[in-house]
Amino acid sequence: MKLMTKTAMALALIANSAAANGELVIYHWFEYMPAELLEKFTAETGISVTMDTFDSNEAMLASLKAGGMGTYDVAVPGDYMVAIMANQGLLDTIADGELSNKGNISPAWADPSFDPGRKHSIPYQWGSTSFSVNTDDYDGDINTTDILFNPPAELSGKINMLDSQGEVMALASLHMGFPQCSSDREQLQALNDMLEGAKKHWASFNSDTAREVLVSGDASVGMIYDGFSAKAREERASIKYAFPTQGYVVWMDNVVLLNDAPNRDSAIAFMDFMLVPENIAAVSNYARYGLGVSGAEEYLDPALATLPESNPPATAGDGAFIEVCDQATQTIYDQIWTNLKN
Amino acid sequence: MASGNGTTGGSSTTDVYNKARHWLLMPSWAILGTFVLAPVCVMLIYSFLTKEFRGGVIWDFSLAAYDQFFFDRGLFGDGDPTLQWTYITIFWRSIWQAGLATVLALLIGFPTAYYIATRPENTRALWVFLITIPYWVNLLIRTVSMKFLLRDEGPLNDLLMSTGLVDDPLRIINTNLAVQLGLFYSYLPFMVLPIYASVERYNFTMSEAAADLYASKWNTLRRIVLPAVKPGVVAGCILVFVPSLGAFLAPDLLGGAKNFMIGSLIEEQFKGNAGNWPFGAAASMILLTLVMSVLLIIARPQRSAGAKI
Repeated sequence: MKLMTKTAMALALIANSAAANGELVIYHWFEYMPAELLEKFTAETGISVTMDTFDSNEAMLASLKAGGMGTYDVAVPGDYMVAIMANQGLLDTIADGELSNKGNISPAWADPSFDPGRKHSIPYQWGSTSFSVNTDDYDGDINTTDILFNPPAELSGKINMLDSQGEVMALASLHMGFPQCSSDREQLQALNDMLEGAKKHWASFNSDTAREVLVSGDASVGMIYDGFSAKAREERASIKYAFPTQGYVVWMDNVVLLNDAPNRDSAIAFMDFMLVPENIAAVSNYARYGLGVSGAEEYLDPALATLPESNPPATAGDGAFIEVCDQATQTIYDQIWTNLKN
Repeated sequence: MASGNGTTGGSSTTDVYNKARHWLLMPSWAILGTFVLAPVCVMLIYSFLTKEFRGGVIWDFSLAAYDQFFFDRGLFGDGDPTLQWTYITIFWRSIWQAGLATVLALLIGFPTAYYIATRPENTRALWVFLITIPYWVNLLIRTVSMKFLLRDEGPLNDLLMSTGLVDDPLRIINTNLAVQLGLFYSYLPFMVLPIYASVERYNFTMSEAAADLYASKWNTLRRIVLPAVKPGVVAGCILVFVPSLGAFLAPDLLGGAKNFMIGSLIEEQFKGNAGNWPFGAAASMILLTLVMSVLLIIARPQRSAGAKI
């Protein structure tokens, strides 16, 4: 998920030989798929690949609902978005036995809450969202959400937040100890007031440059994804990823089979290809996130196993998926977000 | 007008032209209708429909979108309606940001255009060319570059600190000032070029005549030059103000996206979590109405002035 840099990449890989074997149209996050891997897929299957990219789950949903259905074969939504898309009838069901490599899915990810029984999706990558601190600017304890929502004076005004409602709200709820889809009015009002108070400490909301502002030193604290933070640390060693005791956000991106896919057979072939350990390991080596396929260890960059960004300390709180609220509740959270950005 | 000048000799050409005129205009009408009028009509219709949860519309007539814009019913949506300040504040913020950027662009753009128009004729094209060079680069790239220039540890602050003008870096990035600088820089040529076109056509012997009649330089500028080049100034102001009003790159990248602008508010309704298409459409319609009213007010005296000449 969420690999956003300022360079939008739209890859259109034309099969060198056998276009006759079919086509595949992917709707994907950008900078999240190594180009060599798509070339390998084309070489193995003769299927030519076209890839369009998006920069948030919500933007992808909007584009599909505004006429994108029937254009794409597969998309790569995050966990909660898989559930939303399934509820809205945008996903096709993968029949039993259709995927020959389905057994490769590791047991931990074979029956997730957002897609019971993996009827519509296969695992792509997973990771966490919290924040990173430049330890040159602050040497206190960073494993608390107070760093974002009630920061010490030396960090005030040097904080970049992700411009992403779901993740900001989820972390804020963990900070307050509230459920993510609360209908308790006192809790909602308290959450609203806490966020409005915290905003004066924040310098900016930016997802695209979440990594750059930390590396350049413009921000001392930045909300960020674990793999992005690992890449930032390679450029500036003092950047440390936090695992707050209050908890942090966990996410998984998944390849889903879309309804009305124009090339359904190609989509199934692609999903089987992405379940081959060697292939999905190539994505992890590139994006620095975890994978959900068994038997990939030997293909993984050894450095990944010991990444501080993906190995929470014992003090870390629990990781939580973003939850899907009902319409009445979600409307209030949308209003809190509007109040925050007003 | 053009046909009258070109065909003073015989009437047959005029007849042929008049007959063919409708057909010749067809492509323009087709393009305008398909790509401008039709999308606006879709948005107009959507703004009166019921929202579908997480994006989309339900085909039931509803005024909910406009109600949400004008009435505040509290965080939980069941309070007594009071006037909604949230969106008025967002619109007002966008209007004065765009207005300030327009004033800045006029203050810098007018002298620039005047200077170019008063160079020898054979060098003017070169000056205009120089003005447009930065605009061959994509707006996004230029805005990001601006961000690097204005950063706390960027070249501007390095320069100011090394010359001893300031001790601590100026905090420009992520402020309203950065947004105005960004908008002003993005749209400056749209101010310079129309003013240049007006000033170039201005007959400078009129300034000489004014001087002969003992008008001061200031009076000459105010009462002779400015009225003559006013159409260019008005066109320049419109060309800077209108795109600044809907801009979202500069507020997002330079202003830190902490406060919604009209553009980002509307974008959020379609691409963000809210997924409230009718509200996004309604906000667009209100913006369109505002811009049209401003243009009508500005264009009306303009037209009568044009008729007099």
